[in-house]
Amino acid sequence: MYSVNYHRASSVADAAKLSKKGDAKFLSGGMTLIPAMKTRLAAPSDLVDLTYIAELKGITVSGKTVTIGGATTHAEVAANAKLKSVCPAICHLAAHIGDPHVRHRGTIGGSIANNDPAADYPAALLALSATIVTNKREISADKYFTGLFETALKEGEIVTGVTFTAPAKAGYSKFPNPASRYAMTGVFVAKGKDGVRVAVTGAGEDGVFRSKPIEAALAKKFDAAALEGVSVPSAGLMSDLHASAEYRANLVVVMAKRAVAAANA
Amino acid sequence: MSDVSLTVNGRKVSASVEDRTLLVHFLRENLGLTGTHVGCDTSQCGACVVHVDGKAVKSCTMLAAQASGSTVVTIEGLADGADLHPVQAAFKENHGLQCGFCTPGMIMSATDMINRHPQGLDEATVRAELEGNICRCTGYHNIVKAILAASEEMSKAGKGKAKKAA
Ligand SMILES: Cc1cc2nc3c(=O)[nH]c(=O)nc-3n(C[C@H](O)[C@H](O)[C@H](O)COP(=O)(O)OP(=O)(O)OC[C@H]3O[C@@H](n4cnc5c(N)ncnc54)[C@H](O)[C@@H]3O)c2cc1C
Ligand code: FES
Ligand code: FES
Repeated sequence: MYSVNYHRASSVADAAKLSKKGDAKFLSGGMTLIPAMKTRLAAPSDLVDLTYIAELKGITVSGKTVTIGGATTHAEVAANAKLKSVCPAICHLAAHIGDPHVRHRGTIGGSIANNDPAADYPAALLALSATIVTNKREISADKYFTGLFETALKEGEIVTGVTFTAPAKAGYSKFPNPASRYAMTGVFVAKGKDGVRVAVTGAGEDGVFRSKPIEAALAKKFDAAALEGVSVPSAGLMSDLHASAEYRANLVVVMAKRAVAAANA
Repeated sequence: MSDVSLTVNGRKVSASVEDRTLLVHFLRENLGLTGTHVGCDTSQCGACVVHVDGKAVKSCTMLAAQASGSTVVTIEGLADGADLHPVQAAFKENHGLQCGFCTPGMIMSATDMINRHPQGLDEATVRAELEGNICRCTGYHNIVKAILAASEEMSKAGKGKAKKAA
């Protein structure tokens, strides 16, 4: 790791101010940034630690409205009883990110700021039609995830939280890469008042995306059987050493079936 | 440089370290606690697992400066004098190690896992919970056996205590 200056921010305003130093980066759980710094793929001059900012933490559920603070850990999301009662699918998703140690540190804000094409949360937020709240504005998930490791965030902008309306039904299923546990393909399905939304992670060349053929089939009948014989195009899907685009296209349908079955269970 | 102060295995320690110092290096090099190991560069192997404020974390993926103010327990802090912690005893009893390189991380992960599952553990849960700990020797079988045995032992001990208190 190259030399770096560490700063512990006491508030969001303080963090925004500190981030103006040199080539500063925010540090949340560090589960992506620190490994990247160790291998010198990232070399910020300054780190602004967000983990001691109380206003960025915690989960509130009021009726069907869910708000999750940006520095809330995966373990906290996985274990939150109130959240589980309105949207168990997102707890299930969080409980299957990486491993217990990663979940104790990694945060939702860090995950969606990074927008790894194989990360789990982007699929949930896109399918749930979530709003990403920053220290400057609110961004709809549809506009937020803009490509591989790309988001609508501007320099120095902090994800303070995410908010969504818990849908009547939701489910998530991923085929984890056997080595990394990241999604080789993960599908989040949600059936809410605006109909059915289906988001796919781990498969798209441009990151998370909505699958229209699957949404159309599930809009007719929200049941795994409705996906019999449905296929999704392999164009635009990733081919790498783990799987070909065709294999991923098949996985999208298989994971969607499992996600719907979980949502209906 | 950062001034860091932590409580490690019950002892208050302070030092001035480079900001880039990883917690694992602080433990091993500044404090001489070499029980915590480094087995990879990719945050995947779990040989470095310690407890920070009661939670298992990978000390290779956290700066010492981030941990300042926290309470840390390492493998050296588990035993009660000459009496092994029940998880350590179960690893010994069940031959849960061969070369021993992964063992400190396995044991710190196991104690965290058992603490989070007071209702008890089954084999599938133990295997899923060991996702972040790699062992190149044992094939995991005896590690799983040791954790299940320790979990049972600790819940018996827990019940015993509860009875006494009642
Ligand atoms: C072994 C291992 C396995 C993993 N497996 C999975 C998996 O299965 N699925 C999965 O989805 N992820 C996985 N991850 C990644 C993990 O979920 C990370 O926690 C997550 O990607 C990053 O979150 P973080 O809080 O650690 O962010 P950090 O590493 O601290 O930061 C990541 C990036 O986001 C920026 N950032 C952080 N917080 C904010 C904020 N609030 N506002 C703006 N920018 C911010 C940082 O500047 C940095 O650029 C894994 C990681 C490891 C080490
Ligand atoms: S040394 Fe920490 S995970 Fe491998
Ligand atoms: S005992 Fe050798 S790596 Fe686990």
